[in-house]
Amino acid sequence: MLRYILRRIFYMIITLFIIATVTFFLMKLLPGSPLSAENKLSESQREVVLEKYGLNDPIPVQYVNYMTGLVRGDLGISFHFDNTPVTDILINRMPPSMVLGGQALIFGTIAGILFGLIAAIYHNGWLDYTSTVIAVLGTSIPSFVFAGLLQWYLANEWGLFPVALWGTYAHTVLPTIALAIFPMATAARFTRTEMLEVLGSDYITTARAKGVTESGIIFKHGLRNSLIPLVTVMGPMAVSLMTGTLVIEKIFAVPGIGEQFVSSIEVLDYPTIMGTTLLFSVLFIVILLVIDILYGLIDPRIRLTGGGR
Amino acid sequence: MSKLLEVKDLRVSFKTYSGEVQAVRGIDFDLKKGETLAIVGESGSGKSVTTKAITKLLPEPQGYIKTGEILFEGQDITKYSNKQMQKLRGRDISTVFQDPMTSLNPTMKVGKQIAEGLIKHRKMSKAQAREKTIELLELVGIPQAEKRLNQFPHQFSGGMRQRAVVAIALACNPKILIADEPTTALDVTIQAQILELMKDIQREMDSAIIFITHDLGVVANVADRVAVMYAGKIVEVGTADDIFYNPKHPYTWGLLGSMPTLDSDEEELFAIPGSPPDMLNPPEGDAFAPRNRFALEIDTQMEPPMFQVSDTHYAATWLLHEYAPKIEPPESVQRRMQGFASMDDGKDGEA
Amino acid sequence: MAGQHQKNEPPKELFVSHERKENTTEMITKPSRSFFQDARRTFFKNKMAVVSIILMIIIILMSIIGPYFNEYGMDGQDLSRAKMPPRVPVAENIPFLGMDGTLQDEFKGSTVEEATENAVMRYDNAEDFVDIEVLSEGDGSTDSAEVSATYNIYEAKEMTDDYFWLGTDQLGRDQWTRIWLGTRVSLIIAFVAAAIDLLIGVAYGGISGYYGGRVDDVLQRIIEILSGIPNLVVIFLLLIVLQPGIMSIVLALTITGWTGMARIVRGEVLKQKNEEYVLAARTLGQTNGKIIRKHLMPNIAGIIIINTMFTIPSAIFFEAFLSFIGLGIVPPEASLGALIDAGFKVFRLYPYLVFYPAVLISIIMIAFNLIGDGLRDAFDPRMHK
Repeated sequence: MLRYILRRIFYMIITLFIIATVTFFLMKLLPGSPLSAENKLSESQREVVLEKYGLNDPIPVQYVNYMTGLVRGDLGISFHFDNTPVTDILINRMPPSMVLGGQALIFGTIAGILFGLIAAIYHNGWLDYTSTVIAVLGTSIPSFVFAGLLQWYLANEWGLFPVALWGTYAHTVLPTIALAIFPMATAARFTRTEMLEVLGSDYITTARAKGVTESGIIFKHGLRNSLIPLVTVMGPMAVSLMTGTLVIEKIFAVPGIGEQFVSSIEVLDYPTIMGTTLLFSVLFIVILLVIDILYGLIDPRIRLTGGGR
Repeated sequence: MSKLLEVKDLRVSFKTYSGEVQAVRGIDFDLKKGETLAIVGESGSGKSVTTKAITKLLPEPQGYIKTGEILFEGQDITKYSNKQMQKLRGRDISTVFQDPMTSLNPTMKVGKQIAEGLIKHRKMSKAQAREKTIELLELVGIPQAEKRLNQFPHQFSGGMRQRAVVAIALACNPKILIADEPTTALDVTIQAQILELMKDIQREMDSAIIFITHDLGVVANVADRVAVMYAGKIVEVGTADDIFYNPKHPYTWGLLGSMPTLDSDEEELFAIPGSPPDMLNPPEGDAFAPRNRFALEIDTQMEPPMFQVSDTHYAATWLLHEYAPKIEPPESVQRRMQGFASMDDGKDGEA
Repeated sequence: MAGQHQKNEPPKELFVSHERKENTTEMITKPSRSFFQDARRTFFKNKMAVVSIILMIIIILMSIIGPYFNEYGMDGQDLSRAKMPPRVPVAENIPFLGMDGTLQDEFKGSTVEEATENAVMRYDNAEDFVDIEVLSEGDGSTDSAEVSATYNIYEAKEMTDDYFWLGTDQLGRDQWTRIWLGTRVSLIIAFVAAAIDLLIGVAYGGISGYYGGRVDDVLQRIIEILSGIPNLVVIFLLLIVLQPGIMSIVLALTITGWTGMARIVRGEVLKQKNEEYVLAARTLGQTNGKIIRKHLMPNIAGIIIINTMFTIPSAIFFEAFLSFIGLGIVPPEASLGALIDAGFKVFRLYPYLVFYPAVLISIIMIAFNLIGDGLRDAFDPRMHK
């Protein structure tokens, strides 16, 4: 298991290296520099600015500088916010995104599993249909439409929560719900299908033949077996949360990574774009690794064989 | 001997989109303490459904008991609630299923799966249950029980798993053990081991066994009495000797005749042509008639009743009616009947 | 045991050997249907899926012909008719539909007069065309009085003969026209992306799975590297570098998107090619091509179709998402995502600008998901009744 993890981490580093390199050269291809907004500068002032960003060096030197900077956690200096290192910007922007993402993941998964369980237990009853409809709507309707609805009704019309921005805990409620809907619906659908599959399996009949009670059947025998496969969709769910934060933070004007990224694109702040891209990549890869390890831990069938996809 | 289980006019149907499938169409049988009853038949004859009905484990909501009584120690359990059945299952009646690869929970330790019944039915503490589980694992012939206890099913071989399934079924010394084709999915050598195991255990625990199989070879080995099922009905029932030495129903002849034997090189197998009837619309008259080369005109019109052959032996075929022409079983089947008799003599001599 | 009970004596003449006319036991009682016929039958029994198909046909048709229902073009900017609310003939007489061509909102002030003044100011100072209804008289303190104002903008602008069915945007472009053009763009992106994923994925996965060995090893390593890179990142980078437009979005979506299909096809081919029926065909001397076409294709077609049906809504979503964060379709071009993005900027004042495209994209997503679900059930032999 440990060797497997180490090998995965090794591949992770290679992937990140490739991403960083590709990103760097793509950005160099693009028009725009810290000067484009300030073209009234004199020749000497231009020199100073270019020197500050290291843009006078030949590109290979810039590349080596950038990559060595990366190793030290230095992502360069923002074009847009004067003199602010990108690393600082990202660190400042992390907490709101983490709070939203974490809350949405926990709340969404738990609610989804509950919905899915109820649907499977009352298979073909009205609770099942209701929860199926919720799941279909939740997986189909784009999160920004949901966010709009929540903002319009719960905040604008009824004034239950703040319309936007960040500050108190109440500010987190609407964005969290909007973010949580997709993971919730996915988890609900998945849990329902898996639970029904499990309830129809031979070993459940064995358990029934032993005289295990219905609640024992569902919680002791059914739940674990139907939740193990859920781990495999956690990856796509986490990715959807990342895409989600971009739009949700924009809609609710949350000062998080996503909102930062969208506005960096608008002002062509390349160092920040690159930094955010790398951050997303790291998160993505780490999440996949964690999920793989988690899967190996909770499924006894994989534990001994040392994991693997 | 007292009757432990009595099944009276049991009918089980399945609701499907195309209509009602009559899986079991009125069967009667009983089971005495400590005896082994084999129910034999082709797939689809309703033998598995019968046992699922006894434990009320029919797939819901499609499967249901239409009519009939199932008396366990004189109590009609068809009227039992789910709660009452839960108390019965595993304690008084337990089941060994066909496929050991799928009938164990893949994510629960084997020991825990065995102990579950003990804790529920015999109110044992965890430590007591553990002791008993080790005992059971040893009883069913799983070595290093203490280590095996904490393993998961996928770490067991097929034969070992079936032993574990037997251990689960035996955990609470059930009065009735239903074995639903327990050896079909196993290798031949393992089959013999499991059969031996079940016979040993029965001697030790004095449980009655209902043994479901389509393999007459297995039956000859284990059964005291045999019921032959066809198209949801029992067509012949008797002691093992009755069925093997003196079968009366043409279907039983067919079953015996389709068994390959070692010395059968000179003769062709007496095969039954065709396939079982569609239970959505069971045929009129004797369901076996279309495949029966000895069929009479009356078979196409009236269902034969049970004719008594001896105190223990009954068969549902018009051939036993006084008007019927005298028909002897085919040559090859007769030779086989003799073969069984001599095999049995040999075994007796050994014992 | 029942014993010998013979209530009615059977007639003696029937106890003769039965002459069998023909062997009926081997007759197949059910009508024989191929797998695809069964699948079709199961699919069309699924009401939700059928309704979704009909809806999608209507939406696709409208995306083709809808823009030509009126004389306003996609780019027909005219600031004099900007931000007109929806107005539809006949429906304008049914108040709660919100299609009567009026803007309405509540306004506050310390007195009724002040609130009214606020309302009129808000509505182009066209006092004559603003109907005021007093909601609360107020007591002189700040914002205690409230009025509900209805602004009859079509009359104010002397455009009573004009009908903008879904209103106009900030630049006076007809929203109806733009919505259907936007739907067209969104659907084209989705269909093209799904088709490319399908082609590359099936070819790649098929070759990888069928030939196996070293070919498979090499192809799988490539996929592993590709899928290690988050597709979100690839899409962002490409869209930042490329000129925004339909082709860039399609390219961004497909550049890593096909790996999913390739993986599924490879897995399925690996599974199927070891099935005994393929072995049987091989034993009988079938050529590789024939085995692929006659045996493998029909058996993996189901999973390919299902996967494609789920690619389409996810492509629609991604396009909308990208346009929404400013990386996709940019005005004056329209797509559903771009329209929603534009609408969101003013949605507190002109909710209809975001409402209709949002509803439409939701319907499309739901419909495709339901069709996908229906197909998944249809190709599941367990669901064939």
